[in-house]
Amino acid sequence: MKKSVYNGLYIVIAILVVLPFVLPNSFYVDLAIRMAINAVIVLGLNLLVGFAGQISLGHAGFLGIGAYASAVLPTHFGWHPLLAMAAGAAATGLLAAVVARPIFKLKGNYLAMATLGLGIIISIALRNEAQWTGGPDGMPVPAMGMFGFELTNDKQWYWVVAILLSVSVWASLNLIDSPFGRALRALHGSEVASQVVGVDVVRYKVAIFVLSAVFASLMGSVTAHYVGFVSPNFADFFHSIELMTMVVIGGMASVYGSLVGAVLLTALPQALATFEGWETVVFGAILMLSMIFLPKGLVPTLAAKFGKGE
Amino acid sequence: MLAQFLQFLFSGITVGATYALAALGFTLIYNASNVINFAQGEFIMLGGMLAVFFVQAGLPLPVALVLAILIPAIVGVLIEKLAIEPVRGAETVTLIIITIGASLVIRGLTSVIFGKGTHSLPAFSGETPIDILGATLMPQSLWVLGVTALVVVALWYFFSRTLQGKAMLATSYNRLAAELVGINTGWVLFMSFAMSAALGALGGILITPITLTSYDVGIMLGLKGFVAAVLGGLGNGLGAVVGGLLVGILEAMGAGYISSAYKDAMPFVLILFILFFMPRGLFGGKSTDRV
Amino acid sequence: MSMLQVKDLSIHFGGVKAVQNVTFNIDAGIVYAVIGPNGAGKTTLFNLITGVYKPTTGEITLDGEGIHGKSPNELATRGVARTFQNLQICMNMSAVENVMVGAHLRLDRNLVKAALRLPGLKKRDAELREEASELMNFVGLGQYVEARADAMSYGALKRLEIARALAMKPRLIFLDEPAAGLNPKETIEVDHLVRKIADSGVTVVLVEHDMKMVMNLSDRILVLNYGKKLAEGTGEEIRTNPDVIAAYLGAHA
Repeated sequence: MKKSVYNGLYIVIAILVVLPFVLPNSFYVDLAIRMAINAVIVLGLNLLVGFAGQISLGHAGFLGIGAYASAVLPTHFGWHPLLAMAAGAAATGLLAAVVARPIFKLKGNYLAMATLGLGIIISIALRNEAQWTGGPDGMPVPAMGMFGFELTNDKQWYWVVAILLSVSVWASLNLIDSPFGRALRALHGSEVASQVVGVDVVRYKVAIFVLSAVFASLMGSVTAHYVGFVSPNFADFFHSIELMTMVVIGGMASVYGSLVGAVLLTALPQALATFEGWETVVFGAILMLSMIFLPKGLVPTLAAKFGKGE
Repeated sequence: MLAQFLQFLFSGITVGATYALAALGFTLIYNASNVINFAQGEFIMLGGMLAVFFVQAGLPLPVALVLAILIPAIVGVLIEKLAIEPVRGAETVTLIIITIGASLVIRGLTSVIFGKGTHSLPAFSGETPIDILGATLMPQSLWVLGVTALVVVALWYFFSRTLQGKAMLATSYNRLAAELVGINTGWVLFMSFAMSAALGALGGILITPITLTSYDVGIMLGLKGFVAAVLGGLGNGLGAVVGGLLVGILEAMGAGYISSAYKDAMPFVLILFILFFMPRGLFGGKSTDRV
Repeated sequence: MSMLQVKDLSIHFGGVKAVQNVTFNIDAGIVYAVIGPNGAGKTTLFNLITGVYKPTTGEITLDGEGIHGKSPNELATRGVARTFQNLQICMNMSAVENVMVGAHLRLDRNLVKAALRLPGLKKRDAELREEASELMNFVGLGQYVEARADAMSYGALKRLEIARALAMKPRLIFLDEPAAGLNPKETIEVDHLVRKIADSGVTVVLVEHDMKMVMNLSDRILVLNYGKKLAEGTGEEIRTNPDVIAAYLGAHA
């Protein structure tokens, strides 16, 4: 990994700074905010899936825990939103850590099954505990405030999310090119080889699973406060698949791919709104076609095409 | 007490038989291609919906049923030809997303063509319940169980006694070796998608008079079929049948004795618990990596 | 006392007894070869000693401490390194990164420090990259430092595995057929490389089919046949052992 990977970070920051001045109206600002939120989640998920080579088909469950912590704790118990967010992240981290040990003895399709099951159990629980969560209808979320200042308009949200995204990209790049990141990539490349040089494989899988789950939970809280509403759809199986698709379409093991994947798949439903009634069909077809023709994802495919001189 | 227990048991094995058929579908495709076909549930949905549609259109029941099995089988083959064969050997995640894409296309098309309503099918031989030790058994349940049993026996015969069946088994053990002895593994792939789609559709048709159907029932049915297949040990046919019945019974008992709201969560709690202790399911055996 | 002591070691896979009651000792500082026909259990023996497989019965002690049943990463902390008969290179990483992974245990693996890119960690990483490049020079891969692993030849990857193992700064290294699939010139280079490794003070255990290389390098030789120990001794003793000649060398002579 060369120093030049950080050049991409400067471009990302430049785009984030310029964007609010060129976006024509609040519709696009809203879209940009949701893209950036998804990008942060996908960065975390890509560390687990793309770099460490594991599967999670239940990540939306973690997002749901964060989102509902931010909805339920302030509403029913009067907690400060930041405290609620931290509690959600802590609970998610704890849950992920407890289940991760047995789960990451599993591989491939068995791992897919276990993570899928975990996500579904969480989403069913959120749907059923209606006295706390509002059940299938969801519930409103109080505004996020700190130090007497309330985050209300989209411009404020934009800058908060833009900073979160920039920091996440920077931290991901750092992590990948570190002893920790090399161990992660090595266990993807050859589990037995990484073991014999001393990598405690299960420990690393657990660590990155917990990290990406906590990322998802925190961003679930952010989404909840930003949208002002949570519903069980946050946590459902299909949302997990959407997140996973963002990773793969952008490019596994590619930091910038995560951003591209998040941007494209967040925009797609908007673009498909014109296909009244046919959205699901077109969305499914796009998933299939992109996987068939770009199995390595956009960014790695383009990099291979144009980066031969490197 | 006993009557109540029997009642839950009857409804459990009836639904379980459908899961078993779905799990067999997962197993067939997994053995032929190492793909987990997340569109399996849509075949169940498609079978039920098409049967409803053809019966409403006035076709005689047997014709309607045959068509409702045949069309999903063709859809299955199309998925294989257009979406699975071009990406042979792709990563697990890629294959999962492709089959989920396929399931969305099927579900979306169904909702466009047949609408989003809930439909039912008349029971095949009346609605007069049979009384067994105080519990009631619907005649349709006998249809479900009887046909499932027949299918299991037929599959057993196919895989253990016919050359085609043995060729499919051989391919699942070692594709390269199978090709070297002259087995057409492309044909095997084709057959396994056709058969598993047909199995799913059959299950969907049989259960529709009991549980009703709509364009969106496929996903949960399919995921539970996946649970059943993993529970039995992926790739193990007998395991899939046992897994399906176990999942059905557990779900019915859980709904009856514990909480009906958490009925759908039970199979997933079960599979997590099983995998924690038996990482390759009940009958999955132990594998050793060669290095 | 010998550095490595293996006593009555056995492993069964179902009904197959891949290694049966094998006993031997390896003294520090020597080159020890394990030979035998294909399927004799040589790689299985390596897998048992390096923790990849758990023995069914038997004891393995390293410096007097029992290590049987310990995981590979625990053994790595005790200075045991190995290479693989079937290459186990991380193709998703560059060549030099593969070597750097070998130094895993000597580094600060803290996740938070890594994410924040603290200067100390960064400096240490730069030093490590330098060290890994030197190791690649040592094994004769100097020109590949910037290469991607998946762009390298089979022979180069074999040596890359050795460099990765050396990056652990091991006391005991297991080399599983380092010359398999190499041409005669490359084989001689590997022969010299193993000698250099042994001269640097690392105890070497070698599985190899190239008899010339084995006889040339080894201080002692263990012969396995059908999972059992057939003979053990110096090169001369093995060469003249009638059992070995009958079972093994005889086929080549």
